[in-house]
Amino acid sequence: MTSPSSQSSVAGASIDARGWGWRHAGRRAFAVSGLDLRIEPGERILLLGPSGAGKSTLLHALAGVLGGDDEGEQTGELRISGSRPDAARGQVGLVLQDPDSQVILARVGDDVAFGCENLGVPRDEIWLRVADALRMVGLDLPLNHPTSRLSGGQKQRLALAGVLAMRPSLILLDEPTANLDPDGVREVRDSVARVLDATAATFVVIEHRVEVWRHLVNRVVVLDAGGGVAADGRPDEVLAIQGERLAQAGVWVPGVRHALPARHRMPGGNGGAASAPLLEAQNLAVARVKGVEVARAIDLRVQPGAALALTGPNGAGKSTLALTLAGLLKPSDGRVVAGPDLARGASASPIDWKSRLLLTRIGTVFQDPEHQFVAGTVRAELSVGPKALGVADAEIATRVDRLLARLRLDHLAEANPFTLSGGEKRRLSVATVLASAPRVLILDEPTFGQDFRTWQEIVILLTELLDEGTALVAVSHDPEFVAAIADDRYRLDAPVPVVVDR
Amino acid sequence: MSTVSATIAAPTKNGIDRVNPVAKLGAALVLAVVLVLTIDWVSAAVALACELVLFLWVGLSARTFFTRTALVWIAAPATGLTTLLYGKAAGDVYWSIGLIQITDGSIGLAIATTLRVLAIGLPAVVLFITVDPTDLADGLAQVVKLPARFVLGGLAGLRLVGLFLDDWRALELARRARGIADGHLLRRLAGQAFALLVLSIRRGSKLATAMEARGFGAPTQRTWARISPFGWREWALIGLGLAIALLAVGVSIATGSWNFVLA
Amino acid sequence: MHATNILLNSSTNRTPRSLRWRVVDIVVASVIGVASGLIFIVWNQASNPLSAVLSPVLPGLQALLGGGWLFAAVLGGLIIRKPGAALFTELLAAVVSALVGNEWGALTLVSGVVQGIGAELVFALFLYANYRVYVAILAGVGAGLALAINDLLLWYPGSSSEFSTIYVASAVVSGAVLAGLLSWLAMRGLARTGALNRFAAGREITREV
Repeated sequence: MTSPSSQSSVAGASIDARGWGWRHAGRRAFAVSGLDLRIEPGERILLLGPSGAGKSTLLHALAGVLGGDDEGEQTGELRISGSRPDAARGQVGLVLQDPDSQVILARVGDDVAFGCENLGVPRDEIWLRVADALRMVGLDLPLNHPTSRLSGGQKQRLALAGVLAMRPSLILLDEPTANLDPDGVREVRDSVARVLDATAATFVVIEHRVEVWRHLVNRVVVLDAGGGVAADGRPDEVLAIQGERLAQAGVWVPGVRHALPARHRMPGGNGGAASAPLLEAQNLAVARVKGVEVARAIDLRVQPGAALALTGPNGAGKSTLALTLAGLLKPSDGRVVAGPDLARGASASPIDWKSRLLLTRIGTVFQDPEHQFVAGTVRAELSVGPKALGVADAEIATRVDRLLARLRLDHLAEANPFTLSGGEKRRLSVATVLASAPRVLILDEPTFGQDFRTWQEIVILLTELLDEGTALVAVSHDPEFVAAIADDRYRLDAPVPVVVDR
Repeated sequence: MSTVSATIAAPTKNGIDRVNPVAKLGAALVLAVVLVLTIDWVSAAVALACELVLFLWVGLSARTFFTRTALVWIAAPATGLTTLLYGKAAGDVYWSIGLIQITDGSIGLAIATTLRVLAIGLPAVVLFITVDPTDLADGLAQVVKLPARFVLGGLAGLRLVGLFLDDWRALELARRARGIADGHLLRRLAGQAFALLVLSIRRGSKLATAMEARGFGAPTQRTWARISPFGWREWALIGLGLAIALLAVGVSIATGSWNFVLA
Repeated sequence: MHATNILLNSSTNRTPRSLRWRVVDIVVASVIGVASGLIFIVWNQASNPLSAVLSPVLPGLQALLGGGWLFAAVLGGLIIRKPGAALFTELLAAVVSALVGNEWGALTLVSGVVQGIGAELVFALFLYANYRVYVAILAGVGAGLALAINDLLLWYPGSSSEFSTIYVASAVVSGAVLAGLLSWLAMRGLARTGALNRFAAGREITREV
């Protein structure tokens, strides 16, 4: 028996933007300016545009979470069904990009109930709505299931359920699948499809992977970097007309494919089974926490000039394996052996090397670039590695300048690394590793959440590195990336973690 | 690591985890405040004896008990030792070097201090490690009527502990990969702590946005999905704490060893 | 050509100062408190055995380590800049420490409140409008003083007067340096990373750059 006000009885909201603009306090430029847009109740909209076009800002404004007068300056007018966004708070639901930062309470039921509590819904009705919302998104879990033990896709669906429990007339999704693996993306998309079937609410989604949402929306709006609307219409039309331009702006437009760089093998036969491996795993078992092995009996070889892709489902231990190969985690069983070419005088076991030795031998690029930042400016960041090696200052300056140019970071040389955009941070994290010229490069999900442009740049850069003879090991659940780069694949299957006493 | 389990309550035999955390807090506080008023070994010893009996009843495994109370067991003799050496001088002097003066008085004070730290620290650990933070927040907001915004905002931040630990581990590995993990332990830890603060504040800001988007902080009167019961069990626990405290004080006064702190 | 109504004078010069707590203020204060509490716990667990061995030879000087405990309060006050920030942050750090288990039991919360008030009073004295480095140091001093009074009353009530004096002095110095100066430097560093964009502390830096 559904509760009196079920989601299906909620009518959609209309959105009116008239000359609307917003400038964040502390920044000189307007994030959005001069936006004129009308969205009818019940429409399903895909919002596209280059990064910096203010798409996120618009959604945040609609949800009423941009902050008051002390946080920025508004021009023009923005109305949801006639009222201002801060008066319409309970009617608007916003799902954000980062799965971890949206989980509010420790138990599934409590988290979904949170929105209802804030709106003053009576206790009995809250739990009816919670059950309803969880059913709608297809999350079949007991109410006291700990939220910390959910996968990324489950967390996003939980956030969606939390939003639905509020019975919103406007549902906003801000890059909801950007930080998810393909399974998670599928889960979320299916959930949303189910929700859209059951409700008449207006729906706006921002995403740079168009294919995922294309068939769920009936209108595409493209925002312009300078402010205002660049294109607006039915999905097929807009994508056909604007496809090329959008792809250049970083959107993954279905049907637009750019040629990938060809690999040039250097003379001398580097790469392939003929050369001696730089790194080898022998009957390796890996564990993140001592005693709990996530994968075992691993045998693989890392050849110079070749790329090895580690694939497998979520939680199979790919990252753990990569970090063990990189000499950062201790093998639980078996060995990681560095070939003489790589070890160059040091012991054959990377885990025993001092971290300075690791620098010139194995470079690691982490999944979250922010974990690797240690300095206050981009230039200082790039100098950290060479400085630790004792390289002369003049030489450091040359190397840094060269890297800045190669990765198009010159204009950001004095900026603080944390203030960079997502794509720039990714490029910086790769650049810092290159500064000490390691022979093996290990990357953990290098294309995670990146738009098309950054994706392309990374593929091109890695291809160049391979041509120069560097060996690559990449953990990736991105099938296109693996297809573009990998010479070999090693697949890890779903884990059956076993606790061992070693 | 024990800090992660701060967000997941430890399992116990006798259902003490079902008692409202506010009552546990109240009981521990009542006991501590009364014991702190005097510094004599009788009151501390009586309280400690009663507590040890109750610990057996609560049913924590010995291993859990000793790991979680380890700090108390280390701090108690340490505090006692400090008092032994630097306590107020009274009676015969046994040893004197520089500022150190071991006297009759300081020996008495030292024993009292050691027992007191145990009597105050142990029950708090036993009570608190069975507390679920969400239940505590519910209790503080619904029973003690603290402002809901602050209690829930605090709870939301507390919940991020697990993520902070993941970040800390990743930061450690990253520093090894960046070639700077070799020397200067303190400097590296300071840098890591700073990075942790950056990441945490970022997460906090995002979480705040998510909470606001769900209507948190709006002027509407909020309702509570979970009830925070405060019944006979809760009053019994507080009563128990009070009883132990009064018994300890009573025995201490009766034996004449009551020694008011501010005297 | 669209109509614009630009608000007068607003963000470029002086942002209107509000002393009301926003949601982001509460959550970030909580985060700072929790993170500081965690950092302190790790430090406490590491240093406790060490100080247990050393404390006999350090009459009162073990209070020099106390500043790490007070860091949360001053940093919270400097970043959030609302009435009660130092107190709230310190209290949360105390809650984390208590839930994990420490030697001070329920009185941890009392310490948290007392120490938080120590720093809070200084910020209040400056009307919550001045956050320069000397105010931070003074807040650290205030918190250090509060810590010393708290510890001497609750944990070392039978101490000789020399011990007490040294304890107070050490706590004050530690508060000034570890809690006051270090917090101020941390605040500036954080502002430069852009993490404090939603706070006045963050916008201060970007204006100077």
